[in-house]
Amino acid sequence: MSTEVLLRGVDLTRRWGGLVAVDQVSLELQRGTVHAVIGTNGAGKSTLINLLSGELPPSAGRVELLGRDVTGWPQPRRARAGLGRSYQRNTIFPGFSVFENCRLSAQARHAHPWAVWQPAAQCGASRAAAQSALERVGLADQIDQPAGSLSHGGKRQLEIAMCLATEPQVLLLDEPLAGMGAEETDRMLDLLATLRDGHAILLVEHDMDAVFRVADRITVMVNGAVIASDAPDAVRRSPEVQAAYLGEQP
Amino acid sequence: MDFATFLIQCLNGLQYGLLLFLVASGLTLIFGIMGVINLAHGSFYMIGAYMAFALAPWVDSVLGGGFFTTLLVGTVLAVVLGYLLEWTFFSYLYEREHLQQVLMTYGLILVFEELRSLLVGDDVHGVKVPELLAGSIPLGDVMSYPVYRLFISGVCLALALGMYLVFTRTRLGMRIRAGSTNREMVQSLGVDIRLLYRVVFAAGVAIAVFAGMIASPVSSVYPGMGNQVLIICFVVVVIGGIGSIRGALLAALLIGFVDTFGKVLLPQAAGVLVYLLMAAILLVKPDGLFKAG
Amino acid sequence: MNARALPWLPLAGVAVLAAYPWIGGEYSASLVARIMIYAIFALSLELLVGTTGLVCFGQAAFFGIGAYGAVLLASQELPSSLAWLLPASVGLAAVYALLMGALSLRTKGVYFIMVTLAFAQMAYYVIHDTPLGGGTDGIYLYVKPGLALGDTVLLDLERGSVFYGFTLACLVAVYAALAMLQRSRFGHALAGIKANEQRMRAAGFSTYPYKLAAFVLSGAIAGLAGFLFAVKDGFVNPELLSWHLSGSVLIMIILGGLGHLRGAVIGAFAYVLLEELFKSEAVFGSFARHWHLGLGLVIILSVALLPRGLVGLLDRRPA
Repeated sequence: MSTEVLLRGVDLTRRWGGLVAVDQVSLELQRGTVHAVIGTNGAGKSTLINLLSGELPPSAGRVELLGRDVTGWPQPRRARAGLGRSYQRNTIFPGFSVFENCRLSAQARHAHPWAVWQPAAQCGASRAAAQSALERVGLADQIDQPAGSLSHGGKRQLEIAMCLATEPQVLLLDEPLAGMGAEETDRMLDLLATLRDGHAILLVEHDMDAVFRVADRITVMVNGAVIASDAPDAVRRSPEVQAAYLGEQP
Repeated sequence: MDFATFLIQCLNGLQYGLLLFLVASGLTLIFGIMGVINLAHGSFYMIGAYMAFALAPWVDSVLGGGFFTTLLVGTVLAVVLGYLLEWTFFSYLYEREHLQQVLMTYGLILVFEELRSLLVGDDVHGVKVPELLAGSIPLGDVMSYPVYRLFISGVCLALALGMYLVFTRTRLGMRIRAGSTNREMVQSLGVDIRLLYRVVFAAGVAIAVFAGMIASPVSSVYPGMGNQVLIICFVVVVIGGIGSIRGALLAALLIGFVDTFGKVLLPQAAGVLVYLLMAAILLVKPDGLFKAG
Repeated sequence: MNARALPWLPLAGVAVLAAYPWIGGEYSASLVARIMIYAIFALSLELLVGTTGLVCFGQAAFFGIGAYGAVLLASQELPSSLAWLLPASVGLAAVYALLMGALSLRTKGVYFIMVTLAFAQMAYYVIHDTPLGGGTDGIYLYVKPGLALGDTVLLDLERGSVFYGFTLACLVAVYAALAMLQRSRFGHALAGIKANEQRMRAAGFSTYPYKLAAFVLSGAIAGLAGFLFAVKDGFVNPELLSWHLSGSVLIMIILGGLGHLRGAVIGAFAYVLLEELFKSEAVFGSFARHWHLGLGLVIILSVALLPRGLVGLLDRRPA
């Protein structure tokens, strides 16, 4: 397994007035691994993802993407450099077709805004990236459907596909399993397993079974700070984690 | 500019600023609680001023009252008007997009303007300052300052303070604040949210109407006054910052001073100054002076 | 009936408009020319509101600046050349759009609406109060511009029929250009920004430059409409920058149907005809001077009952 670190957060801290939402959190995402972040509600997981993606500036600490310090970079710039993100609530374009959803996302890397005479539908590069992303997630047979008409599971798959269409190296996935039934969850986990190859994946999830099935490494957060960060078995056996999740043990 | 003149302009700026703050409070109250942007808010101000003019003879002959009775009657009418308007019109706007709200309330402005034109005409009128407040306070040897303007400042300040106390110290205020952030929850707790919104809206209308009434002796009564005050209220909200009452107060006072001194020092550019102020502030603070809090 | 399956509709419209001066006579052709100018104005706003989702309540500022540019920059004795007067006037409007956009686009939602209204008011007061704009009475354009190549006159806009044809050509050019723009990558990006700006940023689009570009282009097109208006009437006054005009053009695109270029054109026609109807003493007698009342009611009803505008009436989706 490669140990190439694609994304690194160093002592990331975020304060809101007197409240510390993220407290000196450090983590690394390595190519070919799925790194899950778990924690109770309000533990700071969403804030952490926003710090890594560039949607929120940190109060302290830094973010390194592919070896470069991107702490001051806004989200679009990080995205173009290879950082993809999916959201807990669907951010698909319901009015466009499934294909156009991905093609438009892919267009970000082939923007050519000045070439106004060329129709977007003829942009070969974005079309190819979209097609490949949709095939990967398994939506290739529904490409002409309006995205709003997909099932919930389909929409979550599309959310991932739109992320893949930008050909990222790092994937920040915020609760991709949200609202999914058992069968859909299995399919999504299989997909994540196939995506592991070549990418570094950060997974924020509440579904513990799913997390333990797919994660190579788990970071546990409580009240904004990391209380454990290790392989799944070690985390499961950690007394701090058990105390945080299960309270006092008899 | 000698000191007495300077003091007079300061007091004028304060008075204008506080009046603006009062009107802008009504606007942001309705927007903050119900999420409705109401362009016709300025029309309520205009209605207040025309009411002060039109009701005075009736109040005098039928009720034997003067200015203060007119204020009372006008405020009661405003509450009724606001209640009815919310019930028949504004309650349908809550779920709509901002663009639709903007256009429908813009249509309402046109309707109000023409109704006023039909009922009271298009002439400019004056309203007499009530006897009780018609005096002046001496400032130095030569100058004096009208008591009525101090009255306006005082009343606006008192009303603002009153609103603050209602919001933060009373159960009604608590329900209102809760209703703005979580409608379903408040409803499930047994609070009639529709009635709550109706009350809030009526209060917002009454504030604007009242402001128009007390301003009328000073600003006179003319057709375009509603639209003028509306746009300046927008500038107050933009400069003050999203959802910030503190910001709105500071912005209103800033605008009051800039506009008042501008009219005296640079009469030709007076109209533009307020917008230049807005542009300058946005340059440095794109979100306004304060963020919500 | 699906209106999208009728691509001949715009072409038929152009043919009717081109033939109209011979059908309708001089007076009504002048009215149609005014409507076409408003259609260009409405198309400029459609780019902002319908395509990009930026609700601007200050579009009249660009219209008015284009109009005042035409008059203030033109020579008072000889016909100025369109070759420089038109781009210069349009350029002024575009510059103001750049300034307005740079300061407004950091705000969102209702605040954006308020800020754009306020900046338009600033332009209004500059023209209204300062000697720059010639004051409240307005100023006259004594000599209309034209286009000449050496001694040969190509376009003499003093002549009504030439002006009509030129206006129609501008309308067609703007419509075609916007249609092409909407199909391009730039246009698709604007549509994405309207649908979900957050997702666009997450994909890697720097959305601010796109929005600013749309704003400047929109301002330029509105400036073109203003330029044509000034040349047509030979007179400009500060009311061309009033927020009532900003409101009117917003109503045009809603009335016609938001999100469609033809909606902007249809809306301009519908709005002007409605205004003429309510102002008509033949229909309403002396009540006609209260035409704002009828117009206000129509606005309220059409927004409430026809959310997709007149185009929505034609565009019945199959069940």
